[in-house]
Amino acid sequence: MVASLGMPALAQDKTKVGFVFVGPVGDGGWTYEHNQGRLALEAEFGDAVETVFVESVPEGPDAERVMTQMALGGADLIFTTSFGYMDQTMNIAAKFPDVKFEHATGFKRADNVSTYSARFYEGRAVQGHIAGSMTKSNIVGYIGSFPIPEVIRGINSAYLHAKKVNPDVEFKIVWAYTWFDPAKEAEAATVLIEQGADVILQHTDSTAPQAAAQAAGNVITFGQASDMAEFGPTPRVSSIIDNWAPYYIARTKAVMDGTWTSTDTWDGIGAGMVGIGEITDAVPAEVKASAEALRDQIAAGDYHPFIGPINKQDGSAWLADGETADDGTLAGMNFYVEGIVGDIPQ
Amino acid sequence: MLMLEKRPNPSRGWTIATPLLAVLLTMLFGGILFAALGKNPFETIRSIFFDPLFSEFAFYYRPQLLIKGAPLVLIAIGLSFGFRAGVWNIGAEGQYIMGALFGAGVGLAFYPMESWIVFPLMVIAGAVGGTLWAMIPGVLKVKFGTNEILVSLMLVYVAEQLLASMALGAMRNPEGMGFPGSRNLAQYPSAANLEIISGSGMHWGVVAAFIAVIFAYITLSRHIFGFQVRLSGLSPRAAAFAGVNPARLVLVCLGISGALAGLAGMFEVAGPAGQVSIDFNVGYGFTAIIVAFLGRLHPVGILLAGGLMALTYIGGEIAQSNLGLPGAAIQLLQGMLLFFLLAVDVLTNYRIRLRIMEQT
Repeated sequence: MVASLGMPALAQDKTKVGFVFVGPVGDGGWTYEHNQGRLALEAEFGDAVETVFVESVPEGPDAERVMTQMALGGADLIFTTSFGYMDQTMNIAAKFPDVKFEHATGFKRADNVSTYSARFYEGRAVQGHIAGSMTKSNIVGYIGSFPIPEVIRGINSAYLHAKKVNPDVEFKIVWAYTWFDPAKEAEAATVLIEQGADVILQHTDSTAPQAAAQAAGNVITFGQASDMAEFGPTPRVSSIIDNWAPYYIARTKAVMDGTWTSTDTWDGIGAGMVGIGEITDAVPAEVKASAEALRDQIAAGDYHPFIGPINKQDGSAWLADGETADDGTLAGMNFYVEGIVGDIPQ
Repeated sequence: MLMLEKRPNPSRGWTIATPLLAVLLTMLFGGILFAALGKNPFETIRSIFFDPLFSEFAFYYRPQLLIKGAPLVLIAIGLSFGFRAGVWNIGAEGQYIMGALFGAGVGLAFYPMESWIVFPLMVIAGAVGGTLWAMIPGVLKVKFGTNEILVSLMLVYVAEQLLASMALGAMRNPEGMGFPGSRNLAQYPSAANLEIISGSGMHWGVVAAFIAVIFAYITLSRHIFGFQVRLSGLSPRAAAFAGVNPARLVLVCLGISGALAGLAGMFEVAGPAGQVSIDFNVGYGFTAIIVAFLGRLHPVGILLAGGLMALTYIGGEIAQSNLGLPGAAIQLLQGMLLFFLLAVDVLTNYRIRLRIMEQT
């Protein structure tokens, strides 16, 4: 009796979903795509959901306050969309056991904290393949954000697949120590181009490296997190697109249905969480075809980007012939593979 | 026509009234900006300036004001000494980082030993770290006549690199699965800078900020050093005749601001932030420059300005999350505040006169 009386009131309640963003929603990359996911969520459920977000939240005590504010404001589900929000998410989740939290790219979970990430390294494999095939100077520049496993995994995957098609290829890596800082990113790109790089890969979120490559001419780039199609057909020849919308919709649905549980999701090209943006005509047809074949193989699960034999940078064996990397090692990856020059900043 | 006439002395009344006028003008023009963005201006202004203090959830936001405001006040008080004397320390952000690294370094060195001595040692180390970093521009200026603005600013970037290196290397949590960042000091009881009364927001950094305000007030108004500082700012030549040693003044001013910035960093890393991470610093050292000027370089003014700045941050987040206001609009509002303050400053030093042009 009580339950049946309570139900209609509950059903009328909007499900409130909060998003904590590390960059501005107009960054054109990482945060932009998370925000696209948020908008898709609104489009999917209409009046049944209400979304709120705060952008450019520093990864420290400020993030805790923003999350608390959302929880106090009645949020049922909160997505915290950067690695650096990990401890803050755990702290606030402990204070609000009835609110569900979803932390992107982290590894700490609780009864009301799930984690989710995408296998961007699958996209990096395709990127590395094109980069290795296209470079004439045999120097590929790579703008790293922070030396965390997520980024190192991307460098390794891109390098392995560039090396496979071009044994002479060399990676030059610059660490920007930021996720979003157009000035720093542009500077990093310029430095790499001056050092002879004719391909620029980036793990930072703005379009500044694309603009720098365009200004330099004869340099190709890849859209990061978002398609960045406005820089095509060159310098941007393809991209890795994050597609969070299906995940956000599914998880919100689970909260509405009361079926939400703490999970660890790590989806790739196959599940559609990682998309490969259109490969432009600047890429020779045969390279385009082989890149698309690689993409399809990964999507079908026929090929794993980290398949042995692979040695670590110091020459010690990591994966034996035919062996594939386990998710645990990938999640905590803190070493370069053999052939990459330079040290991971310590 | 309107004429500006220089006052013989700055008006006392306007000195107090202009900050209030600046806040009102910011509310007015901020409201117009928000209206242009399609938001209800009254609701937005209420969210920013009143909700953190008086809304349903104020019990949560009021302590947050202390947490956000304390480092700003602490750093700004230190800066105000130098700014009054014409010593421009722009690198408080770097000194803040170094204080945090020194403090956290001491705390981590003792881990997991539990003793009451750990925290006091960390406090001292934090002050020492900030002071040493501020001494670099100080000594270079005194010995070689370099520009302290440039040197202290450049050292911010050096400190940031050092911070990254520490978070990734020497201070990395050995149990962190290879991820960057130190152990969480907030979870190490002997080193944790926790709230003194739970839920009040009152951690040791807040206490230190209040003490700094009182200390600065007394020094500036009652002590010979305060007199020297003020005199040097007004007239360096007169100060020299009065027996002020300019080199010592530079070093002491930079030392005080470095020490207080270092303390702020140390209290932050051991408490609200908890760990040394690559992006530990969020710009308190730079925002404190605004706070110092907003507070007219006066200790009580700085206290109020720090509170106001904290209010716009926290209220700004509320407005973002509840009303969907873009983050950049909040930054614009904070910029407006400084702009109007400087603009209405003219009333303090000048009198506006209406004059009728006489025909000849």
